[in-house]
Amino acid sequence: MLVLKKFARDTSGMVGLAIVLLTAVVALLSPHLAPHPLDAYESHPAERLQEPSRAFPLGTDNLGRDVLSRLILGARAALTIAVLVVAGAMVIGVPLGLVAGYHHGWVPEIIMRVTDVFLAVPQLILALALAQLLGPSLKNAMLALTLTYWPFFTRIVFAEARRLRVSVFVEALEGLNAGGLRVMFLHILPNAAPPIIVRATIGMGFTILSAAALGFLGMGATPPDPEWGLAISEARQYLPEAWWFATFPGIAIFLVVFGFNLLGDGLRDVVDPRLRRSR
Amino acid sequence: MSDRVILEVDRLETQLGGERHLLGRARPPVRAVAGVSLALRENEILGIVGESGCGKSTLGRTILGIQRETSGTIRLDGRTVSSLAPREARHARRDIQYLHQDAAAALDPWWSIGRSLEEALVITGVGPRAERESRIDRMLTAVGLEPALKRRYPHELSGGQLRRVTLARVLVLAPRIVILDEPTSGLDLSVQATVLGLIRELRTEFRLTYLFISHDLSVVRQMCDRVAIMYFGRIVELADTRCLFEAPAHPYTRMLLEAAPRLVAGQDLDAIAIHGEPPSPTAVPSGCAFRTRCSFAVVRCAEALPALEPVIAGREVACHRWREIGATVVAPPSLA
Amino acid sequence: MTDDLVLAVDGLQISIATDDGVARVLDHVDLRIPRGRIVGVVGESGCGKSTLVRAILGILPQAARLDRGRILLAGEDLLRLSQRELTRRIRGKEISFVPQDPYLALNPVFTVGTQLLEIMRWHAGAGDDGDRGRRAHRARLVELLRAVQIPDPETVLDRYPHQFSGGQRQRLLIAGALACRPRLVIADEPTSALDVTTQLQILRLLRDLATRFGVSMLFVTHDFGVVAQLCDEVMVMYAGQSVEAGRTVEILDRPRHPYTQLLIACHPDRARDLTGIPGMVASPLAPPPGCRFHPRCPSVRALCAAARPATVVETTGHEVSCVLYHGPAGHV
Repeated sequence: MLVLKKFARDTSGMVGLAIVLLTAVVALLSPHLAPHPLDAYESHPAERLQEPSRAFPLGTDNLGRDVLSRLILGARAALTIAVLVVAGAMVIGVPLGLVAGYHHGWVPEIIMRVTDVFLAVPQLILALALAQLLGPSLKNAMLALTLTYWPFFTRIVFAEARRLRVSVFVEALEGLNAGGLRVMFLHILPNAAPPIIVRATIGMGFTILSAAALGFLGMGATPPDPEWGLAISEARQYLPEAWWFATFPGIAIFLVVFGFNLLGDGLRDVVDPRLRRSR
Repeated sequence: MSDRVILEVDRLETQLGGERHLLGRARPPVRAVAGVSLALRENEILGIVGESGCGKSTLGRTILGIQRETSGTIRLDGRTVSSLAPREARHARRDIQYLHQDAAAALDPWWSIGRSLEEALVITGVGPRAERESRIDRMLTAVGLEPALKRRYPHELSGGQLRRVTLARVLVLAPRIVILDEPTSGLDLSVQATVLGLIRELRTEFRLTYLFISHDLSVVRQMCDRVAIMYFGRIVELADTRCLFEAPAHPYTRMLLEAAPRLVAGQDLDAIAIHGEPPSPTAVPSGCAFRTRCSFAVVRCAEALPALEPVIAGREVACHRWREIGATVVAPPSLA
Repeated sequence: MTDDLVLAVDGLQISIATDDGVARVLDHVDLRIPRGRIVGVVGESGCGKSTLVRAILGILPQAARLDRGRILLAGEDLLRLSQRELTRRIRGKEISFVPQDPYLALNPVFTVGTQLLEIMRWHAGAGDDGDRGRRAHRARLVELLRAVQIPDPETVLDRYPHQFSGGQRQRLLIAGALACRPRLVIADEPTSALDVTTQLQILRLLRDLATRFGVSMLFVTHDFGVVAQLCDEVMVMYAGQSVEAGRTVEILDRPRHPYTQLLIACHPDRARDLTGIPGMVASPLAPPPGCRFHPRCPSVRALCAAARPATVVETTGHEVSCVLYHGPAGHV
């Protein structure tokens, strides 16, 4: 398809795609790929803090668990968080943006002011607050991240919807007496898709980073979850001797976030209705 | 062209801007349509001519119903269809359809042609799938396109083809009145000729009535039965096309006709009397809005707004001095 | 007459590499602009007039390739000059440009004065900079603004583009185009975004300025009516080929080339019925051989597809590229 052909020419986009796909595959098949899958939860104190070797390519952590296996298993957690948070944010944010952009008067005013309020709240602060209220857990971390991310979608969709609202084809649809729902979801939404998709892709990387931060602070994943941020948190105290413990999860986070960013940038150029061809 | 009036517009006014937003200042209101009265006869092509800012597009949109009028009445077949919110208005006036100036922009780029055409029927609630398909195929053929074009996307078609597609979309709804907003804009001359020919054919085939909005006087002369000249939201002259072009009565009409490009070489451009520029829409001159550019303006023109007076049957002018100015032949003899 | 040419385009052939193949956008274009005259170039979409303008200005896209031809500005071949030379000496100075859309051509965040003065400073010599130079430029600019009939020229320089109407902005652009005393002004449909009355005023202005400043003009348009109003001579293009050229009066009265005849017949002022020209313009990716109009031509002959018809020059200087005119009457 023309879309893939065009995308294939964008080297950095392809690199991003490769990284993301690799992560997805690893996440999907993690129990089978990890050399020591049970190390998700089992501990082997006798083998703690061993240097990278043939048996343990990335070394072992403070409880003797294989760092590589926990890294692979952590991929699943990372992607799940990313997908759920971004999906949740889109489900809340996109319709709000459409409604605000399409209508006039006090409805958009209210929606956008509420959006502003949520935008003003830093993600981590809200997460910490929720952790206080509801107890620290991965679920609460995801809730906090969703609640702080949806406004980004609303803002973009609002701007696009406002712009498309006065475009000629929407006016033509009004001439045909098309209803608001039809115009919003069947016409404005597809045309507003490009920035949404880009934001969603970059958002996934961003979410992984934030989840890792929360894990690091102990407000997200709890031991013994093989989550990357949590691993770094646990590994802090063993630096710099057991460098492998903190470094590899860090590299993993970096690579995946980077991959999503490259992919998002690559998609920006590609999502263009002019590439749709009749078959 | 019959004498039966199917659409009547009475002292229509549309004000744009001026709405107050919650936390912002309102833009100053502009009377885009400032008292227009028209009677559209069945099967005729009535031209609405004017320059930018004269309100012809707003008039079109108000008559269509997507722009709500500020005052005045609109009667379709004798029934009053004004004073309605946009969606009700469109429903009451569904016999009226609109052709946008920019055909390419009037179609959703993500939808195939076929789907866009079908949507028009779905919204109106037309029959089962098969019925819709057949109507679409019939209309595409009527506008000279292959039904196979349904699978294509707007960006794959040429300007002329897009124009025909938008015509088809209007026709599938079986309208009686079509408002054409600059239907030839952006088209090459050769394509323009074909499109205009098509528009004429369709009038006969489907018994349509057209409101032909344009700034191109040559096209208007060729296509329209009657012409209304608009300036600053008002009609300043209304006449049969031939009368208007051969003996224009209003000074603005004369100015337009003289300024319009004609296919005659060696015109003396300096002999044409064009003064100044249209005043700002937020600072409309008192009395006759054209007086700031009119070679015949007198004191009276600033004091009182000239009303549309009948000259002879079917011909109206809004000028205090039309009798004294007299009519002169302006346009060259070109059409045999 | 033919010797005193400000611009002569000879057999220009340009192709552009695209994703879908090589587009042979211009295939033998001839154009002659005598000194002090206004020459129009008329053609429909796809005829290549934009490419021709870009070639003259030296702003063709990277993917463009010059296959053949010359563009002579007072005898000098512009196509042989480097970009540096073109920027320093030619663009804005010898040849200036009035663009199509006055609403888009001026930068909204700078004052009019800043933008117009920049043109002059760029082309001024080293000694002209500094305070005295700036004042001289300003004074000259005010003179020009007066010449283009902008009211209150002194205050104009400190105002922003959005404070002017479309017609006024076009005058500003024209003033900018004249700033450096060019030999040739290229105007690309400068009035298509304007009202009919404003358009007439701008056309009148262009004609007056051409006479007053002795400037030659190349006026690109698709509107034959405007050509009739403004241009002394006109060249008609079709699908990258020049098909006919001559005095406007001649072309309107007695068009020779079948395409010109059909095109003029499409104009609402002449059209008896509304049929247009059958067929569609061929894509430059797969152009017809020989005369590119032959698939749509009512008078087509076998020879037409063989090769591009040589240009016949009549005694009046009128040129036609059509086999119908090959013969003892004109010399090939």
